[in-house]
Amino acid sequence: MNRTFYSSLIMDLSRAGRRGYALDDHGFENDNSIPGHLLRDSAPILPQVDEPTLVRHYTNLSTNNFGVDTGFYPLGSCTMKYNPKINEEIASDRRIAALHPCQPAETVQGALRAYDRLQHLLSEIGGMTRFTLNPYAGAHGELTGLMIIHAYHDDHGDLKRTRVIVPDSAHGTNPASAAVAGYSIVEVKSRHDGTIDPEDLKSKLDDTIAAVMMTNPNTVGMFEKNIPEIARMAHEAGALMYYDGANLNPMLGVARPGDMGFDVMHINLHKTFSTPHGGGGPGAGPVGVRAGLEKYLPCPRVDFNTVSGMYEVVTDDKNSMGHISSWLGNYTVELKALAYILSLGGQGLAQAGPLAILNANYIKDSLSDLYLLPIEGRCKHEFVFDGLKDKSTGVTTLHVAKRLLDHGFHAPTIYFPLLFHESLMIEPTETESPETLDRFIAVMREIALEAANDPDKVKDAPLYTPVRHPDDTEAAVNPRLNYRSL
Amino acid sequence: MNTHRYFPHTPQDITRMLDRCGATALSDLWADIPEELRLKHPYDIPAGLSEDSLRAYFDALMSDVKPLVCFAGNGFYDHYTPAVIQDIARRSEFLTAYTPYQPEISQGTLQYIFEYQSMICELTGLDVANASLYDGSTATAEAMLMCVAAARKRNRVLLSATVNDATRAVVATYARYHGINLDIIPETDLGVTDLEAMKKMLDKGDVAGAIFASPNRHGIIEDFTGVADALHSSKSLMALNTHASALGLLHTPAEWGADIAIGEAQSLGMPVNFGGPGLGYMAVTKALMRKMPGRVVGATTDANGQRVFVLTLQAREQHIRREKATSNICSNQGLMTLWAAAYLALMGAEGLAEVNRLSHNGACALRKALSDTGKVKDAFPGQPILNEFEVETIGIDADAVIKAGIEQGILAGVKTDDNRLLIAVTERRTPEQINRLVNLFKSL
Amino acid sequence: MIKYLPTHEYINVVDNDTALVGVSAYAARQLGNVVYVEAPEADEEFSAGEAFGAIESVKAASDLFAPLDMVIIEANDQVLDNSRLINEDALANWIVKVKILDPSQLDSLMDQDTYDAHCAAEH
Repeated sequence: MNRTFYSSLIMDLSRAGRRGYALDDHGFENDNSIPGHLLRDSAPILPQVDEPTLVRHYTNLSTNNFGVDTGFYPLGSCTMKYNPKINEEIASDRRIAALHPCQPAETVQGALRAYDRLQHLLSEIGGMTRFTLNPYAGAHGELTGLMIIHAYHDDHGDLKRTRVIVPDSAHGTNPASAAVAGYSIVEVKSRHDGTIDPEDLKSKLDDTIAAVMMTNPNTVGMFEKNIPEIARMAHEAGALMYYDGANLNPMLGVARPGDMGFDVMHINLHKTFSTPHGGGGPGAGPVGVRAGLEKYLPCPRVDFNTVSGMYEVVTDDKNSMGHISSWLGNYTVELKALAYILSLGGQGLAQAGPLAILNANYIKDSLSDLYLLPIEGRCKHEFVFDGLKDKSTGVTTLHVAKRLLDHGFHAPTIYFPLLFHESLMIEPTETESPETLDRFIAVMREIALEAANDPDKVKDAPLYTPVRHPDDTEAAVNPRLNYRSL
Repeated sequence: MNTHRYFPHTPQDITRMLDRCGATALSDLWADIPEELRLKHPYDIPAGLSEDSLRAYFDALMSDVKPLVCFAGNGFYDHYTPAVIQDIARRSEFLTAYTPYQPEISQGTLQYIFEYQSMICELTGLDVANASLYDGSTATAEAMLMCVAAARKRNRVLLSATVNDATRAVVATYARYHGINLDIIPETDLGVTDLEAMKKMLDKGDVAGAIFASPNRHGIIEDFTGVADALHSSKSLMALNTHASALGLLHTPAEWGADIAIGEAQSLGMPVNFGGPGLGYMAVTKALMRKMPGRVVGATTDANGQRVFVLTLQAREQHIRREKATSNICSNQGLMTLWAAAYLALMGAEGLAEVNRLSHNGACALRKALSDTGKVKDAFPGQPILNEFEVETIGIDADAVIKAGIEQGILAGVKTDDNRLLIAVTERRTPEQINRLVNLFKSL
Repeated sequence: MIKYLPTHEYINVVDNDTALVGVSAYAARQLGNVVYVEAPEADEEFSAGEAFGAIESVKAASDLFAPLDMVIIEANDQVLDNSRLINEDALANWIVKVKILDPSQLDSLMDQDTYDAHCAAEH
């Protein structure tokens, strides 16, 4: 990663009089009917650049970035797998680009069929009955799922269910989504092995609990074996089971959330189904439900009319939880996921989970002599070290993570889950080769040795990245959030 | 087993790796999963497709889609998309990156988000913008949540009836479950927010904020003279929804005195893409900076003294605040902010003004020509519009117009009622296309 | 007299019905560099346990809770402008000056020894 740092902003390249566009003037008469007081007082100050300058700017800027195509991204809970190129080709079809969301259903049957096909495939993989693809991201899917649960209880006149149970090891989005959906949170504690204590859960289940939110495997990468019992207890108490699909990847070909007793789930297409993260988005967080809950799914909804043999878009339904998006979600992201599933096929999908599990266990078992493994046993897609085994050096998880950057690897997820002080969470995914894993293992071992021999060097990491130790405090105390503030 | 082309493992690799893990078969690695929970039968999903078969599959799907000349808007507009943007956005360093949590190796993402935030501030006139939200409708819902969070003890939000349907529906969903008392401000016969009614709704002093739109759901540019003052004197916030391209021409949210600007930014050069991905933007006054949901990128200095960028004000984010968070958003529309920044840089203020001028001129020409056919009349005569307007059909249903249009390869607009159509014109619509639409009406 | 809440706010009683409210030195250490403090305007009234403001560091954010029923007399502008003062001396750099509405509520708050034990147990 030792290269020159490109630091210009596009505004720095602006010169008065340059332009990067050409528009046809169709010669319509100039209309000045908008009253002056409804117009801007002055024009916005935007860059003025020509096309080649702009292309070179963003190309240079891209070299400051690390992506999955650049190198290994062992980022726990984020499933940074390879993003196939054919998916991009398919999703950038000009016929789709030109398709307006308000086009009548009879003119967009192929587009609706793609939506419905993906909905069916996700149902098969999740063990659910029906999916909506409308939510825009994982957190948005959680919110949608909880609103579906809310609508279900409301529909049954069960209005005193105002609380949601969330494990202390949950992704931070779980409690936040529950709060936005109008619920308060009841936390259940994890046991020593990171799994939920069914007895503790039982003591917290009553007729005020709307749902139990879980992810399985959980955030320390362990499978919750007691899940059938947990689901039974929750259902007996009248609560629904919500599956956070952030950790679905290792379950491909292995198990289905629907078979575990979950009622509602979301899937992060940008994790399990290979759509690119794009530096933060656009993603997609489809939500699936078991039989009996379909009517609460959000609108708009794509229904197949068996009489006419046509797909229809249902924009309003009194049973529906409501609208969560303007249209049918991040549609081109959905197409990429569909292309991925069809490319893998049933057999390929069934290889993904097992190989993801193999890669994770391989790294874990190659490093657990030097890094502290707080939870023994087979992990699934990811696992957590509680920092280095040797705590005497003062080298922390943050230092290890930053030192990895010097070696051309992205950092693992750090300081999450909150169960351990020095969490270092590693998820390799199935698309990394054994050679890459061996290189990573070698580097992790080297860092452990370095921590013992030259701890100050590790603490000063990264040493070789073009940007080093940005001052977070300065950024927060004196926020400079746009060009004018520089 | 022969693994799929996306997986590097050979059978020998698998054997060697299992050996390291003290296992003999892959299934040993999930022996802890109870038998009854394991996948009982292979997925009912066909065998994997080659690239050529995939192409053929999608080609067949997309052949079952009818391309139409687009006069639909309703929040998503068929503007020109510069070729270079698609190319830049496909660069894998941008495309395949995660959220920029490691600033040392993510300056590319951080910097284009900073550029985007800066340009959104210029467009809205407000002090700070976030790194984006999902779409215009969810951004509006976030504005509502923010009003309530900022007001602390108030739980009532006003929403103008002139905000577009999809956005109103999403805001109502968030309000219903979050337990916010959402009241609709009625609209007048002239198709704009009833400001007198709005002022009366402030009487009880319990309104956290009010949300408006301009251009509104009828395409009308609203006049908000005095609105911010009325709201602020009752300690309520003003939020204004505008589709981003229009901000290049119209009186800005800041100039109207709004505290929050939100809206859909798809109109900044993004294809309509069957509704997504679009881009939700949000900008606020400095006073509200720390109440703003979502990610924010800020400038700072690194150990080498360089100006660099980091995610900042993160303590407000859901992954740290958990159930105390006032929003659950933990991502943004990432790459689409690059799209918006590159578009605005290519167009500049002058180009954006030209897009608005050309769209406006085309829309006004069409509005007049349609009235002249005698088949429609202006739903709101004399009201100022930007690039979209509503008409009332005379003696014919809106459905029949749409149907006849499809036969001629035209999407005549969006049906808003049995005899109403909302019609949008962008700079891409040629005189020939506009004539075809006029002739379509004449033929009915 | 100084008393504490389990959530690490202190209340420093300066006379019969006036007190200074801030966060403890222990809390300031736990938070790390404080980057922002939010406080209400004068005359706002809060009941015991209600959130009256917020404090943020780079890595954490937390609400500030009212130790008892109180009315804000003033916020400490010096601290709002330069929140790092809290890291330097948490007691001197109080966040709000308040009017105590019900002095009897002081009895239910922790004294210094109880609070110290509470912090030790938390760690």
